[in-house]
Amino acid sequence: MRSDVQARVAGAATLVGALCLVEALIRAGAINRFVVPLPSQILAAIPRIVDEEHVLARFGQTSLEVLWASVLLVVVGIPLGVLLHRLRIARAAFETWVGALAAAPLVLMYPLFLVLFGRSTTTIVMIGFAAGLAPVILKTLEGLVSTREVLLDVGRSFRLTPRQQFTKILLPAALPAVFVGMRLALIFAMINIVGVEFLINFGGLGQLVNELAERYDLPGMYAAILFVVAVSVVFYDLTARLERWLRPNG
Amino acid sequence: MADAPAQDGALLAIAHITKRFTARDGDVLAVDDFSFDVAEGEFVSIIGPSGCGKSTLFNIVGGLIGDYSGSVTVAGERITATHPAIGMVFQEESTFPWRTVVDNVAFPLEIAGVARGERLSRAAHFVAMVGLAGFETRYPNELSGGMRQRVAIARTLASQPRILLMDEPFAALDEQTRVLLGDKVQKIQQALKQTTLLITHNLTEAVQLSDRVLVMTYRPGRLKRVVNIHLPHPRSAEIVESEAFGHYVAEIWRDLREEANRGIEDTEARAREHAK
Repeated sequence: MRSDVQARVAGAATLVGALCLVEALIRAGAINRFVVPLPSQILAAIPRIVDEEHVLARFGQTSLEVLWASVLLVVVGIPLGVLLHRLRIARAAFETWVGALAAAPLVLMYPLFLVLFGRSTTTIVMIGFAAGLAPVILKTLEGLVSTREVLLDVGRSFRLTPRQQFTKILLPAALPAVFVGMRLALIFAMINIVGVEFLINFGGLGQLVNELAERYDLPGMYAAILFVVAVSVVFYDLTARLERWLRPNG
Repeated sequence: MADAPAQDGALLAIAHITKRFTARDGDVLAVDDFSFDVAEGEFVSIIGPSGCGKSTLFNIVGGLIGDYSGSVTVAGERITATHPAIGMVFQEESTFPWRTVVDNVAFPLEIAGVARGERLSRAAHFVAMVGLAGFETRYPNELSGGMRQRVAIARTLASQPRILLMDEPFAALDEQTRVLLGDKVQKIQQALKQTTLLITHNLTEAVQLSDRVLVMTYRPGRLKRVVNIHLPHPRSAEIVESEAFGHYVAEIWRDLREEANRGIEDTEARAREHAK
C-alpha cells in the first residue's frame, strides 16, 4: 500500500517537474512560445474552454463514441477471435489478413466511411471500431490457443460439456490476453476517433482541437488535448477495474 | 515377463493394453500387453524409467486416450472415455489460477450442480483434509508448488471418485517436500480407504505409499515385475529410515536400473542420430 502511494507521488512529481522544466525553457527562450505555449497558460485556458467551448460536453461525446466502439469490439471482436480458434480452416485462411489489418492506416479510409454512414457519429464510431478490431481478434485467439493443455484435460476428466469447457476453462484462461487486446484496441480506437473528429470537423474533442488550432488559440488547443488524454485515462482505468473484477488474480 | 496376480472382485481391471503411436520415424509401441488389477482400497504404484509409457497408461486408464487395444474395466463396467469413477491428478500444475483454493476444490461439485453453500462447505472439508485449512480464499499463485498440488488432489477427492489416479503428482517438488507430502497422501488414503493408482518414477514414493509396486520396462512398456510391500500401516515419513524400507527400495532398484540404463542409452542413440 505504501509503495503504491509512493509510486503515485513519484509519477505526479515527475509530471509537475517536466511541466516546470518546459515552462522554464519557454521563458528562457529555448522553446518558441508561438509553437508551444506556456504550461501555465494552458492550465489557465481550461476554465475558458469549459465555459466558452463546452469542452465537458465534447469530452462526454468523445467518451460516448469510444464507449460504443468498445461495446462493438467486445460484441464482434471477441466472438470473431473465438470463431478463428474453433475453425482451424478459418484461422489458416484469415489470421494473416487480420494481422495485416492491424497495421493498416484505416483512418485514411475515412472518405469511404463518410460515403457509407454520412458525416455522423456512426462514421466516427465505425472507424474507431475497425481500427481496434484486429488486436481484439488476435489477442483473443492467442489467449485461447495458449490455454495450457492440462487445464483442458482437467475439464475433460470432470466430463465438462463443450460449452462448460469454454465458459469454465478456456474463456477465463484467455481473459488476461483478451484484456491486453482490449487495451490495445482502445488505444487504436481512441486515436482514430479523435483523428476522424478532427478530419471531418464533426463531434467531440477532435473537432474542438481542430477549431482552436485554426483560430490559433494554442493554449486552448493544448488544454483541449489534455481532455483527450483524460478520456484515455478514464477508459484505461475502467478496463483495469473490469479486469480485476472478472479475474481478481490474473 | 511378470503377471500381476488377478484379484477376486478387483475394482479396476486393466487387461492386455497395447498402444502404438505413429511418429515421424515410424511406429512406436508405447505400451505392450499390459495387464493388472487393483482391489478396492488398495494403493498400487506403477514405476518405470522416463519414456516407458507410464503417462500413456495414465491417459488410457483415465479415458483421455482412446484408440488402443485391450480393456479398462471398473467394477465390471468397460470404460472407453473419462468416467466419474476415476478421478485424475495430473503431473503438471493444474489448479485454475483464476479461482481461490476453495473454489478450485469446489469445481467438480459446481459442475455436478451442487448449490453454492453446500459445495463450499464440502470443498472446505477436503481443503482441510489436505492440510490447507486457512488458505481457502488464497489464489494458487500465492501458494507453493506443493500446496498447489495438494489443492489439485483435494479437487479430485471432492469429486469422490472410486479410484484416484495420479500421474507423478510430486515430480516437480523437492525430495523433502515429496516425502512429507507422501506421508499426507498416505494418511488420506488410509482414512478414506481410497483405491489409488499412482504412476511414478520415484522409488521412495512408490515404496512409502504402496501396497503393491508394478515395475515397467523401458519402451515398449511391459510389466516386468510385481513387488508386494509388506510394511505396516500407518507409514509415517520416518519409515524411509527403516531397514525394511531400504530393502524394498534396493529390490525395486535392481529391476529398474537395467530399464533406466536402456532408456538413457536409447535417448543418447536417438540424439546422436538426430545430430547426424
